[in-house]
Amino acid sequence: MSTGRTTIAHDPAAAPTGLPRWTYVPAVVGGLFVVLPLLALGTRVPWTGYWTLVTSEPARAALVLSLQTAATSTALCLVLGIPLALVLARGRFPGRDLLRSLVLVPLVLPPVVGGIALLSTFGRRGLLGESIEVLGLQVAFSTTAVVLAQTFVALPFLVVSLEGALRTAGSRYDVVAASLGAGPTTVLRRVTLPLVWPGLVSGTVLAFARALGEFGATLTFAGSLQGVTRTLPLEIYLQRETDPDAAVALSLLLVAIAVVVIAVTHRRAAP
Amino acid sequence: MTPPRRVAARAALLAASAAVTLAGCSTAAEADTTLTVFAAASLAQAFEQIADDFEADHPGVDVLLNLAGSSSLAAQIQQGAPADVIASADTATMDRLVTDGLVGVPQVFATNTLQIAVPPGNPADVAALTDLAAPGLRLVVCAPEVPCGAATTAVVGDAGLTLHPVSEEPSVTDVLGKVTSGEADAGLVYVTDVARAGDQVEGVAFPEADGAVNAYPIATVERTGRTADETELTEAFVDAVLSSEGRSTLADLGFAAP
Repeated sequence: MSTGRTTIAHDPAAAPTGLPRWTYVPAVVGGLFVVLPLLALGTRVPWTGYWTLVTSEPARAALVLSLQTAATSTALCLVLGIPLALVLARGRFPGRDLLRSLVLVPLVLPPVVGGIALLSTFGRRGLLGESIEVLGLQVAFSTTAVVLAQTFVALPFLVVSLEGALRTAGSRYDVVAASLGAGPTTVLRRVTLPLVWPGLVSGTVLAFARALGEFGATLTFAGSLQGVTRTLPLEIYLQRETDPDAAVALSLLLVAIAVVVIAVTHRRAAP
Repeated sequence: MTPPRRVAARAALLAASAAVTLAGCSTAAEADTTLTVFAAASLAQAFEQIADDFEADHPGVDVLLNLAGSSSLAAQIQQGAPADVIASADTATMDRLVTDGLVGVPQVFATNTLQIAVPPGNPADVAALTDLAAPGLRLVVCAPEVPCGAATTAVVGDAGLTLHPVSEEPSVTDVLGKVTSGEADAGLVYVTDVARAGDQVEGVAFPEADGAVNAYPIATVERTGRTADETELTEAFVDAVLSSEGRSTLADLGFAAP
């Protein structure tokens, strides 16, 4: 058993795929459907004075706040989401399927509804609100509220990616490692997680991107104050009222950040 | 059990779609004229009432309301949206359309002033504008970029106060939401918002509000290819808003006369 080696026989890139030609037509239309609006946004960008627009005091405050909160939310997603995905993929307990469905609800929930749900939980008159207030903490209108809103909407992205990867990987190697005397935590750290690394990375990127773009739940639950709760999407929405040029300039900045994050992590994650 | 139910559901769906098609046909046959009215979101209830009355007085006319923030409406018209009438929540937005030559001469048909909204029971005991500056009070206002925020800045500046709001919201509806949910101790909204919220909030009037009266102007939108009848109808709708009947509808919802 210890000498057995599994070789991956199929390299999908080398095998003739036999993809029907017609699939290219809708594929191109689909690609254009995503890319064209981004290019159109580029044509609206006021290039002269772009730098001034994106480095104004409110824009800088919003950018810094967005990066800080999205990073914190992503970290929180990893801390809570990795164990959650493991339990959902490998744990055995009644009601697991129900729990999985419930955890994914924020994926399909309109963000404003998410905001109202968070208010009903952490708000002043919410389920936990009074206990939190007794502790002398205030969640509403604070940066904490922004992080909570972002984590709420981003967590399912991480869980769904990682859980899928765990199911695909299977638990054969974990069983082998355990039979060789490795403790459960060692198996998790040395075998399970390295095997699902690409799934974990893409889940993390998705969670970060979703947190960065969060708007509805933040506005409903956290409010909007420069440097405290007004993240980049909220700033864009507000600028649109008076200065559409600034709104477009900041939109492009947000798109650029998203593209950079995705590009960097994909390169890192590639074998 | 399942198949018959599915058949029934399908039959219901068919019947419904047939009804929709028929309704669509009959409307097209009877209502030969559609009047498209762009109105600020705060005017929703008033304009729904005025549009209903107008349709009753003008058989065959269908009034289509597009309700959104004033700046969004103006942007839509600037990009060529087919509108017949626009009613905005501030003169600044309308002035931009006048400058661009997109609308006729605007007429102010209503005004609105600020009022303090507090949760039922007024837990923070807010009685005057100066109370809003109290330390520890969770105050929510509109951001200075939007009309209600501009009014707030003017009123607060005139009173020589400095406020420390916990949030500056992008719309007056968001301010109202923070008060009705009890998250905020007080919010600065329009008189009409307090009226609209019913018993979910209490209003605290303050004399300084008269320093920033928000005017609502209405104007016909320039549009090529309109028949003489359509032009007449467009003007008739503006007249209906300015009429005593229109004024009383607006007054019932808290709007003041210009």
